[in-house]
Amino acid sequence: MTDPKLVEEAAAPAAVPGAEALPPDAPVEGAPMRSQGRDVWRQFRSHRGAMLALVIFAAIVLFVSLGPVLWRIDPTFVDYRARNQGFTLAHPFGTDQLGRDLLARMMAGGQVSIAVGLVAMAIALSLGSLVGVLSGYFRRLDAPLMRLTELFLALPLLPLLLLMVTLFREPLGKALGPAGGTFLLIVCAIGATSWMQTARIVRGDVLGLKEREFILAAKSIGTPAPRMILRHVLPNVVSPIMVAATLGIATAIITESALSFLGLGFPPDFPTWGRLLFDAVDQMQMYPWRVILPGAFISLTVLSVNYIGDGLRDAMDPRIRGR
Amino acid sequence: MISRMIALPLALSLATPALAERGGDGELKVLYWQAATVLNPYLSTGAKDVDPASMVVEPLALVADDGSLLPVLAAEIPSVENGGIAKDFTSVTWKLKPGLTWSDGSPVTAEDVAFTAEYCMDPAFGCAVLAEFEGIRSAEVLDAQTVRLNFDAPRYAPLQAFVGGRTPVLQKAQFQACRGAAGASCTAQNFGPIGTGPYRVTEFRPGDVAVFEINPEYRDASKPAFDRVTVKGGGDAMAAARAVLESGEYDFAWNLQLPPEAVAAMEAQGKGKLVASFGSMVERIELNQTDPSPELPAEERSTRAHPHPVLGDPAVRKALSMAIDRPVLAELTYGPAGKPTCTIVPVPATYASGRDDCLAQDIEGAKAVLDQAGWMPGADGVREKDGRRLALLFQTTVNPVRQDVQALVKQWWSEIGVATELKAVDGASFFGGDPGNPDSQQRFNADAQMFTDAFYIPDPASFLNKFVCSRIPSAENQWQGNNSVRFCDEAYDAGIAALHASAEPGKRQEIARTLTDALTADGHYLLPLIHRGMVSAHANSLAGVAPNGWEGQLWNVADWSRAE
Repeated sequence: MTDPKLVEEAAAPAAVPGAEALPPDAPVEGAPMRSQGRDVWRQFRSHRGAMLALVIFAAIVLFVSLGPVLWRIDPTFVDYRARNQGFTLAHPFGTDQLGRDLLARMMAGGQVSIAVGLVAMAIALSLGSLVGVLSGYFRRLDAPLMRLTELFLALPLLPLLLLMVTLFREPLGKALGPAGGTFLLIVCAIGATSWMQTARIVRGDVLGLKEREFILAAKSIGTPAPRMILRHVLPNVVSPIMVAATLGIATAIITESALSFLGLGFPPDFPTWGRLLFDAVDQMQMYPWRVILPGAFISLTVLSVNYIGDGLRDAMDPRIRGR
Repeated sequence: MISRMIALPLALSLATPALAERGGDGELKVLYWQAATVLNPYLSTGAKDVDPASMVVEPLALVADDGSLLPVLAAEIPSVENGGIAKDFTSVTWKLKPGLTWSDGSPVTAEDVAFTAEYCMDPAFGCAVLAEFEGIRSAEVLDAQTVRLNFDAPRYAPLQAFVGGRTPVLQKAQFQACRGAAGASCTAQNFGPIGTGPYRVTEFRPGDVAVFEINPEYRDASKPAFDRVTVKGGGDAMAAARAVLESGEYDFAWNLQLPPEAVAAMEAQGKGKLVASFGSMVERIELNQTDPSPELPAEERSTRAHPHPVLGDPAVRKALSMAIDRPVLAELTYGPAGKPTCTIVPVPATYASGRDDCLAQDIEGAKAVLDQAGWMPGADGVREKDGRRLALLFQTTVNPVRQDVQALVKQWWSEIGVATELKAVDGASFFGGDPGNPDSQQRFNADAQMFTDAFYIPDPASFLNKFVCSRIPSAENQWQGNNSVRFCDEAYDAGIAALHASAEPGKRQEIARTLTDALTADGHYLLPLIHRGMVSAHANSLAGVAPNGWEGQLWNVADWSRAE
């Protein structure tokens, strides 16, 4: 318990005397208070693409979360007398082939799709980073963990998902309700089958990082492994993780729609963006908006998340920050 | 190519000069978006396989659109009057047309017919259409042109095997080595059967394309008009509709179950038209009579040990039926391919019960029925009685049209206070029949399920026979029974026995109508929704396409020609 404290006390005085000689962008004790968070934010703001993306993503999240509070039509209400309508005041996005309001469906679908994307991404990311860091940092774990990664890469994804859904849908549905159970199942299924790329990238970066001087220095003063990983390794592999995360959201949204298409996803009356897109394909020629709208929302979300990730990576990289 | 150069002069020399000549209309391009994987109908009942095969191998008789029988290889249709059907209904005698030859030039004999029956009935084989041969004790060759099918008991209707394209006659010489367990591995035979039909196979790539050329030995010297037929597989229904109606790449496309508006817009371009042929296909909802609750052990779910807590009440079933607006369903989701119906036996007309009281939706009436039966709305609007809630799980296959029907039905049921949870299962696993698969139609681990069922000979006896108690799927019979609704009624079983013992058509029709009504209009165990047609599209330049709901879409391909 006392070890980290000792280390800190031992390390801090060592840094101070040489402070003036360090490169100007190094964090300096006693300089005007600059938290790392504010630094990152300042750098992030200078990335115009990322800022625009952040605004768009926030707008989409607001649209799907607050929208249904203001727009109170039930997304599954069938009004077949009002089917196939264009953009009208009563239905700003029109209605589908059964007269269900598309604005309401876009909002409800967005809630599910974005939630699935974020949660599945978070699961895949945590798993991938954990496996990547462990196998990169601990030589003895490297071979078994990487073989496990390869095993997962070699597994056929679809039959595996099919098996998981068949085995767990009913017990989960009973415990959490049909929608809740399916949600948990889908995010876990997608998360558990898409962490491998992240793990490989992170491991490669950690292996390179391990040989760097500052790690050797930290090691030489006896920094224990958990602290080493959290303090020195992880912050330096944040950028590849961020990139993997942004791509992961997109993949998760699209995998969810593929699962729904196979009848393994959400119940059929449960709109998601992927399902809205799939349902509209047959009527693409007559009602192109039904394809364009969910398609545009999926693309915008994915694109904005990618840009945010890009900006975050630049902002969190101390070598780029300040330039 | 060489075989064609020889074949054509031969064909011309056979043709009598006075008649229209054979061939000359070039290539017929047919699109089956599910590709054929085998050309032997005894190995597969899928229309994708049976239809292309029907151009090559032929049965003794076909069913015409009106439900009457047309002799094909038979000289005449057996009947009690002409002695073809034994007076005690224990045998059927078929006589072949004289002078028939296989496409390799050898004569067609009664031996071939008898062989085909034995081939299918071999227990080691696993014949796909074994049910059509049910009750046949032996196939006996009387002379070269005559064969007798002996039944183990009097059988009504006796004409089933070798009637319709699903049970054609195979050549004994070709398939002799393929009996029993060897049947499925006889690739050369199963991919290129020798037949008597208007065409013969020249090339077959399973899952992709089948190419046919004129059979020089075809019995009608003036037919067929097309020199070559290519049956191409792949893609989906929408792409197939486009290929015929919009781009005109193909002459004929099969099974276009598509949103009505989408197809109507394509048809309006004037390149081709849609044909719907109405057979016995009816889309229906089954109401499970046993408890599918996941809390029961897997072996006891949906078995008769646990009656359904809600759907056993006739009032609930009646209300569920009354709440559905069938004409709206038909119009919105099937368009020209569907008619609202209240029966599972819509054809032949003589057997249809004609009850159409279900066609008018009656939400208020349904509510009253539930009120009377003691089902009262609870706090959340869902009706309940003695602690049981009217909450149903409704499953069907993944199909945009079916999902639309589900959404509509769910809404109507919610209006009368029934909560519905929807589920869509991949078609392959729903119809798969694998005993280990909990999502299959036979396991029926849901309260309601929707699919299409049909029968193929114009007598519903064997179709109605599937709802007897002994055919209920259960763990004991590896979930293989056909009575997936788990309906069981002694009076019904007695009715089926009477149907099987009665020869007089009028009486048979009356019994069949009573039995059908017990399942649908009176009992509401099955909720018929749509009488479905098989929709196909053909180019305007193609003449001779005639709808026939009983047979495959290519049933009269010999009569097809190029209209100019």
